[in-house]
Amino acid sequence: MANALPVETLTIIQSLIAQHKNMPGALLPLLHAIQDTIGYIPEDSYLPISKALALSVAEVHGVVTFYHHFRTHPVGKHILHVCRAESCQAMGAEKLEASIKAKLNIDYHQTTSDGAITLEPIYCLGNCACSPAVMMDDEVYGRMDNQKMAELISEARAS
Amino acid sequence: MIKVFVPRDSSALSLGADRTAKAIQQEAQKRGIEIELIRNGSRGLFWLEPFVEVTTTNGRVAFAPVQPKDVAGLFDAYFLNPDSSTAKSHPLYLGLTEELEWLKKQQRLTFARIGITDPVSLNDYLAHDGYKGLANALKLSPAEIVKTVTDSGLRGRGGAAFPTGIKWNTVLGAGEKGVQKYIVCNADEGDSGTYSDRMVMEDDPFVLIEGMTIAGIAVGANQGYIYLRSEYPHALHILNEAIAKAEAAGYLGDNICGSSHTFKLEVRRAAGAYVCGEETSLLESLEGKRGLVRFKPPLPAIEGLFGKPTVVNNVISLATIPIILDKGAQFYADYGMGRSRGTLPIQLAGNIKHGGLVELAFGATLRELLYDFGGGSFTGKPIRAVQVGGPLGAFLPESQFDTPLDYEEFSKIWAVLGHGGIVAFDDTVDMAKMARYAFEFCAIESCGKCTPCRIGSTRGVEVIDKIINGTDVEKNTKLVRDLSDTMLNGSLCALGGMTPYPVLSAMNHFAEDFVPKPKSALKKIIDIVAA
Repeated sequence: MANALPVETLTIIQSLIAQHKNMPGALLPLLHAIQDTIGYIPEDSYLPISKALALSVAEVHGVVTFYHHFRTHPVGKHILHVCRAESCQAMGAEKLEASIKAKLNIDYHQTTSDGAITLEPIYCLGNCACSPAVMMDDEVYGRMDNQKMAELISEARAS
Repeated sequence: MIKVFVPRDSSALSLGADRTAKAIQQEAQKRGIEIELIRNGSRGLFWLEPFVEVTTTNGRVAFAPVQPKDVAGLFDAYFLNPDSSTAKSHPLYLGLTEELEWLKKQQRLTFARIGITDPVSLNDYLAHDGYKGLANALKLSPAEIVKTVTDSGLRGRGGAAFPTGIKWNTVLGAGEKGVQKYIVCNADEGDSGTYSDRMVMEDDPFVLIEGMTIAGIAVGANQGYIYLRSEYPHALHILNEAIAKAEAAGYLGDNICGSSHTFKLEVRRAAGAYVCGEETSLLESLEGKRGLVRFKPPLPAIEGLFGKPTVVNNVISLATIPIILDKGAQFYADYGMGRSRGTLPIQLAGNIKHGGLVELAFGATLRELLYDFGGGSFTGKPIRAVQVGGPLGAFLPESQFDTPLDYEEFSKIWAVLGHGGIVAFDDTVDMAKMARYAFEFCAIESCGKCTPCRIGSTRGVEVIDKIINGTDVEKNTKLVRDLSDTMLNGSLCALGGMTPYPVLSAMNHFAEDFVPKPKSALKKIIDIVAA
């Protein structure tokens, strides 16, 4: 294969498979572990996963692609999730998302040219009393406005 | 030592609580003052976060909202001695927390400890009536526990409002003796405008663990899973920490509290599919599959997780079990109205001045919530529409604000109470856009199993667009209503089956938003395009 994974990555995947394969309902925990460790779920991992869990490659592919959280390609250094749900809409999320897209010069599911930030939509962060909300990696930020957003973006770019 | 409390709830963190906590610690150190900094849960007054409290002999005194820049000034005003005149005259001084009108007017049962205790301190939990419900449950037979839950009148707080005790009773009686059974907690809180599950898990995780343990003992299940949405990373860490502590102290695992009962608990992360909040889709996901909705019957109570009898309950339902077992069924049933017994943790969200968690007995009106608690809109404009019950809930106009919060009263006006989330919109909202969004959301989140939801949602977006553009309005309005009828009656689950609620309520109550924009606006667009 032209874009075969480095041996080290495959070794990591193999060891994660070994750790998870005997869990009841192992596939989601395993996919989370792979994505948490290497940042995404490479399609090259489908075959070893399917063998270990007695599934078809199509089934693994089906699960990976069903869930919004899982991704099959590397992403930027940071992931910025912007909430698009009703509560945030009521507080101007639409304008906020437009200004974020303009500032980063990308659309959803894209990564900035410097590789710093990948932009993703999200539907509710459970921070609805402090809308509009965004999440940078694992941290939620509430009552966002353009100024706070600019600070957050430059902090992410600097780190 | 003086205790200072700075919440660690995600919403508090989203407004800078970590920075405030750090600033307080550093300032205390700089001044050589010893304090004990406790990271408690949030009291739920989110417009006042970071909500800092200091202990006094009369109770805790609040200063809020405290940003790092306020910290030096608070020390200068001797806020660590809140009874001092300088502290009292500080602009952020709020007085005794318990005396705050917003909290005093509430009836906190499920949320009794939230904001008061350190979420991951088992000792704190025990000191505040924790595990009293389990102690009582261990003295009862499984059937007696189930009867207590049934008699309390508790109905599923996830939104479907099915009587919890009846569900438990089905699982209790299901299968051969000794068959494997499961307790599954639905913590896939995906409805916009809701965050009470998140608060329970982050701010009082032991109450959920205790509730699930009691459920396990009641129906004979020795394994529990918390299916937690991936959007809640803080809840994941806190739950895992609390589970480890409960295990170490003998509240989980084999021989719980010296009894013969075994109950093990594991958190499983969801992966961002809204439909997995539907119980059968959730079970598929837990089994490691695509979250496709299952046909019912069989009910999950008979054939649930891995084909075994399974209780699937929402976080709030399970977190309410301990107080029912502690104080008795009657105590809980004495709250509420009609067939809606007990309390509902209501979440005020969206364009609201005082957003936060209000736990009240069923029966308060929407207007009381929006104005007495919520203080009106955040922007100060009139509240024009309110969506109750998440993205599948109806939009209510001002004329319906006097509806009491009660499952049946909401059904009467073709609305749903759901999980108790209330999202307010001011008069700048475009309801045609909201109706369009409801279809769009359904299209994004549909599991694809049934046609009305999978195809209907996409067609819905297109037809609404035509109406907004003024194309064959009469024909297309009829088409949306026909389509909605098909989705309502022909979908397997609530995603397709309830998307018409926001769509049709927007059309019925806010028809004026669906007319094409005035010519003058069109002219403006033409001018822009031409330039």
